[in-house]
Amino acid sequence: MGQEPVETKWVGKRIVRPDGVDKVTGRANFGADMNLPGMLEAKILRSPHAHARIKKIDTSKAEALKGVHAVVTGADFPELKAASVDGGEAQVNLKDLGENLMARDKALYDGHAVAAVAATSASIANDALDLIEVEYELLPHVIDVEAAMKDDAPLLHDDMFTSGVEPQPKKPSNIAARMEFGAGDTAKGFAEADVIVERTFRTAATHQGYIEPHAAVAEWTEDGQSRIWCSSQGHFAIRSMTTALLDMEEAELRVMPAEIGGGFGGKTTIYLEPVALLLSKKSGRPIRIVMSREEVFRGSGPTSGSVVKTKIGATNDGKITAGEVELKYEAGAYAGSPAMPGCMTAFACYDIENAKVVGYDVVSNRPKCAAYRAPGAPMTAFAVESVLDEISEKIKMDPVELRMKNAAKEGTRALYGAKFKQIGFEETLKAAKDHPHYSAPLGPNQGRGIACGFWFNIGGESTANINVNPDGSVTVVSPNPDIGGSRASMVLMAAEVLGIDPEKIRITIGDTASIGYSGLTGGSRVTFAVGMAVVEAAKDVVKQLCERAAKIWEVDFEGVEWRDGAAHPASTNVGDFDPLTLGDLAAQAGKLGGTVVGASSINARGAGPGFGTHICDVEVDKETGRVDVVRYTAIQDAGKAVHPSYVEGQMQGGVAQGVGWALNEEYIYNDDGQLENPGFLDYRVPVTSDMPMIDTVIVEVPNPFHPYGVRGVGEVPIVPPLAAVANAVSHAVEKRMEQLPISPPRLLSIIDG
Amino acid sequence: MTSVDYVAPTDVEAAVAALGASKGNAYILAGGTDLLVQLRTGRVHPGTIVDIKRISETRTISEKDGAYTIGAAVTGAEMSAHKGLSQTWPGIVEAMDLIGSQQIQGRASPGGNLCNASPAADCVPALIAAGVSCTIAGPGGRRTVPVEDVVTGPGQTSLDANEFIVSFEVPKPAPRTGDAYLRLIPRTEMDIAVVGAGVCLSLAEDGTCQAAKVALGAVAPTQVVVAAGADALIGSKIDDVALEKLGQAAKAACSPIDDKRGTIEYREKVAAVLAKRAALKALERAKAR
Repeated sequence: MGQEPVETKWVGKRIVRPDGVDKVTGRANFGADMNLPGMLEAKILRSPHAHARIKKIDTSKAEALKGVHAVVTGADFPELKAASVDGGEAQVNLKDLGENLMARDKALYDGHAVAAVAATSASIANDALDLIEVEYELLPHVIDVEAAMKDDAPLLHDDMFTSGVEPQPKKPSNIAARMEFGAGDTAKGFAEADVIVERTFRTAATHQGYIEPHAAVAEWTEDGQSRIWCSSQGHFAIRSMTTALLDMEEAELRVMPAEIGGGFGGKTTIYLEPVALLLSKKSGRPIRIVMSREEVFRGSGPTSGSVVKTKIGATNDGKITAGEVELKYEAGAYAGSPAMPGCMTAFACYDIENAKVVGYDVVSNRPKCAAYRAPGAPMTAFAVESVLDEISEKIKMDPVELRMKNAAKEGTRALYGAKFKQIGFEETLKAAKDHPHYSAPLGPNQGRGIACGFWFNIGGESTANINVNPDGSVTVVSPNPDIGGSRASMVLMAAEVLGIDPEKIRITIGDTASIGYSGLTGGSRVTFAVGMAVVEAAKDVVKQLCERAAKIWEVDFEGVEWRDGAAHPASTNVGDFDPLTLGDLAAQAGKLGGTVVGASSINARGAGPGFGTHICDVEVDKETGRVDVVRYTAIQDAGKAVHPSYVEGQMQGGVAQGVGWALNEEYIYNDDGQLENPGFLDYRVPVTSDMPMIDTVIVEVPNPFHPYGVRGVGEVPIVPPLAAVANAVSHAVEKRMEQLPISPPRLLSIIDG
Repeated sequence: MTSVDYVAPTDVEAAVAALGASKGNAYILAGGTDLLVQLRTGRVHPGTIVDIKRISETRTISEKDGAYTIGAAVTGAEMSAHKGLSQTWPGIVEAMDLIGSQQIQGRASPGGNLCNASPAADCVPALIAAGVSCTIAGPGGRRTVPVEDVVTGPGQTSLDANEFIVSFEVPKPAPRTGDAYLRLIPRTEMDIAVVGAGVCLSLAEDGTCQAAKVALGAVAPTQVVVAAGADALIGSKIDDVALEKLGQAAKAACSPIDDKRGTIEYREKVAAVLAKRAALKALERAKAR
C-alpha cells in the first residue's frame, strides 16, 4: 500500500539559493574569516613520526620568542575521562577525542598534534614551532590493516582488548572490535548455488577533500561566556565535545556557525576548538587557528581503507542463495572505523535468506578516521556489487535483471534487522533499465558497469523557530549548518505550510544560544528531520494566526481555516468575513497578544532508507592504463525532491567523489609511516574536466513518515560509484578489478598481466 | 621573521647587478608560480628577489626571418595567443599550455619552467626537441646554450649565481617540420607529468625523415635527449619498424625512480608509448606543411 505523493505548490520548486549571492560575491564568512580585536594566530606542532613515545616537550625557547603569547601541550588539558560524549550523530569516546587533538604520552601517527603556539602573527607562531623541543622515543609502527591484525604487530594501545569476542581476550591487540551477524544457514545456501564467486577487494583510505580547511576562532572569558566561531557540521556537537574536554558547562560556551566549505562527514568532529580556547584562556586574547591543506591531510580524518572478502552464491536463474562478507576496516590511531555500518549495509539492497557478515575495527598508525558520506558503505558495496557483476556474467544474465530478481522491497527484512516500509529500490532499477544510457552502444576500449547502493538515513533531535515579523515577512531560524542546500529546502517547506511566497521568507542558522539543541548535519537527516521541525513550527504559526483570526471574528477556532497565506472562514456557516492574510495579522500582532513565534522541538522518526542505481561508461587507454569516465547516469529514490537542483547536485557530487575514490585517490605512506601526498597535487581528487556531465534521474517513492515524503539524499550517491566504475573497467579490459584506486600504473600492470 | 629584498629592474644589466649585490641567495621572479609556492612552504629563503618582468626583452615574442625569440618571462597564455608561434611550433606551445590551470597560465613562463629544474617540467622536452637554445645574461655579458645543457639535476642548473635566462631562441624550422609534446597524467589537467615526450622531425620531399630530435621528461634526474630514438626515425618513413625502435630507445633512455607518481616499470613502458605517439603527431604536422 503506497502512500500517494502530496500535492504541493512550493515544495519541488527550484528557487534561488539563499546563500548563493554571498558565496559568488565572496561575502560569505567561512571558518577562517572571523577577526577579533587583539586576536592571535595559532599554529600546531605535529609529530613527524608514525609512532613514538613523547619523553619530554621543552617549550621554553618558544615561549621566550618575542610575539609568542601562549604555548599549550597535552599537559595543559584537564585529565581525560574514559567517558563518552555526544558527538551529534553518535557517542564519542572522550579520552580518544582528547588524545587525538593533542597527544599525551605517545604520538600515534605522522601529523598527530603535540603542541600549539599562539603569537601575534602566523609567521612568528611558525617560527616558534621550530623552537619547541620534543624528545621522541621511536617505536615500531604499522600502517596496513592486515599487518596491524597480526599477533606480533606493533601495539598502539596496551589497553585495547577486542570487544565482541567471547570471552574477551586478555592479551591486548590492534583489533578494537569484532562484530558478526547473519541470518539463515550460509552453508546450506552455498550448497544450493549453481555458481559461487569469492574474491577479496581492497580500497585505500580516502579523504573527504572539502575545499575549506578546518578553522576556528575562540575567545575565552573568565565569566563563563566563552565563544567559538567555526565552520562545522554541527555547532551543538562542537559545544558538547569542547565543553566536555575542558570541564565546562555547555551554557558557558556559545558556538557560532560559520558558512561551511564542504564537510562530507569530516567536520562532525573537533581538532582545533578546545586548543584555541585553551590558548585563549592562557593568553587572555582571542585565538585563530587555520589548518593548512597539509595539516588537513596529515591531521584530520579520512575514511577507512579496507579489505573486504566477499562470497556470493546464486542459481542459474539468478536467485541469490547465500552471501558472506568479512571486512577489515582501518580505524586510524583510535578505535571507531565505520565497520558496523559497512556490515549493516553490505547486503541491504537484497533479499537474501542466508547471509553472514563479520567485521573488524582495526587501529594502525594513521590519522583517526572520520565520517565520510555513507560511512563504511561504499567499500562493501564495491565488493558485493563487483561479485554480483561477475555472477551476472557467469550465468549470462543482465546485471540489472539479476538485481531486480533479488531486490529488497516493502516488507523485506534487512539483514541488519529493519523491516523495510515503502522503499524505491526496484523503481531505481527499472529506471536504469529504461534509461537510453543503458542500451546505448559502446565504442572501442569502452566498458559499462552498473552498481547499486543503500543508506539508512537518520532523523533525530531537531528544532526550528519561525518569527513572524511586524511587516508580514518571516524569518526561519534553523539549528543546522547548511552543507547541502538545507536553507532553500527549509524555506520551501515553510512557504508551503504558511501559504506564502518563499520570497517573503528569510532563513538564518542560529547559534547555540539562539535556538535549542539539534543533532548535527549528517546522516542525510537535515531536510528530512529539521525539515519536519520547520513544518511543525510553521504549523504552530498557522495555529496561532488562526486563533487570532477567530478572536477578531469572534468565532470558534474550528471556524477558521488557513489557505493561500490567509485565514478564511471554514464554511459559510461561520459567517461572511474577508480573509485575514499573514501580513494583516502580523500588523496587528501587538494588539492580539504579541509577536507570533512558532517553535518546535522533535525527535524525528521514520527516516526513509535511500537506494540508488548507477550506470557508468569508461574508456581505457590500454597502452597507458588511463581511464576516462565517458558517460555516467545516477538514479536515486529521493522520496520527494524538495529542491530538485540540490538533489541532483548531491547525486552528482557523490558520483564525483566516488569516481575519485575509484580511480586515483589514496593515502600513500613511505617506509617510515609518513604520508607522502598531503596535498591536492598528489592526492588526486577529480577535476572538472575529468568528469562527464553526470546525468541524474530522481525517482520519487514517498517516505510515509514525512509530510511531503522526503528521504535523505546526501549519502546514497557515493555508495554505488566505486563498483560502477570498477565494473565498467573490468568489462573494458576483461579482467576483474579487485583493488582501488584503479590508477594508471596499477591498471597497466593488470592489463599487461 | 627574516626580511627579503625585492627589486624589479627595467634592464638586463641592472638585473645582473642586483643578483650580484644580493646578501643572501638571489632568486629570479618571473611568473612566480613555483617561487611563491616554495616561499610559502619554506623551501626557499631568498635574500633578494629579482623580478625580471619589467625588462621588456623578457616579456616579448618576436620573429625574424622565420626564427622566434621568446622572452623568458612571457606567459603561457601569451604564447598560446601568439598565432605565428602556435602555427609554427604547436608542440612547444601545447607543452607550455599544459602547465597548471587557466590562472597559472596567466603567470607561468618558459624561463621559470626551465629554471625550476624539475625533471617533470612540461615545456622543456618540447623546447629541447625543437632545438631551442637560450640566451643567458651574466656579469661577463651574454652566452647562448642549448636548453638541454641548462638543467643538471632536480632543482639544479648550470647557471652561475649571477646569471639568468633572458630569452629563448627558436630556430627557423626546416621545410616539412612538425613538433609535438605529450605527457601522461592520471587526471586530465592540473597535474604533474608522470612521463613527458617531445618529438620534432623534418621530412624530405619524399616523406623520408631527414632530421629528428626526441626528448623525454620525468624519467630521469634531468630531461633526456634520446639520440637513438632520433636515429631510429631518421632515414625512415616513420613506419611501424621505426616507431618500434623509437619506443625501445625511449625505454632504454629512462633511468626513472619508483615514487608516488609512478613505478620504474610504468614510466619505462609509458615513455615508449608516448614517444611513439608524439612522433606520429609530429609526423602528421610535418606532412601538413
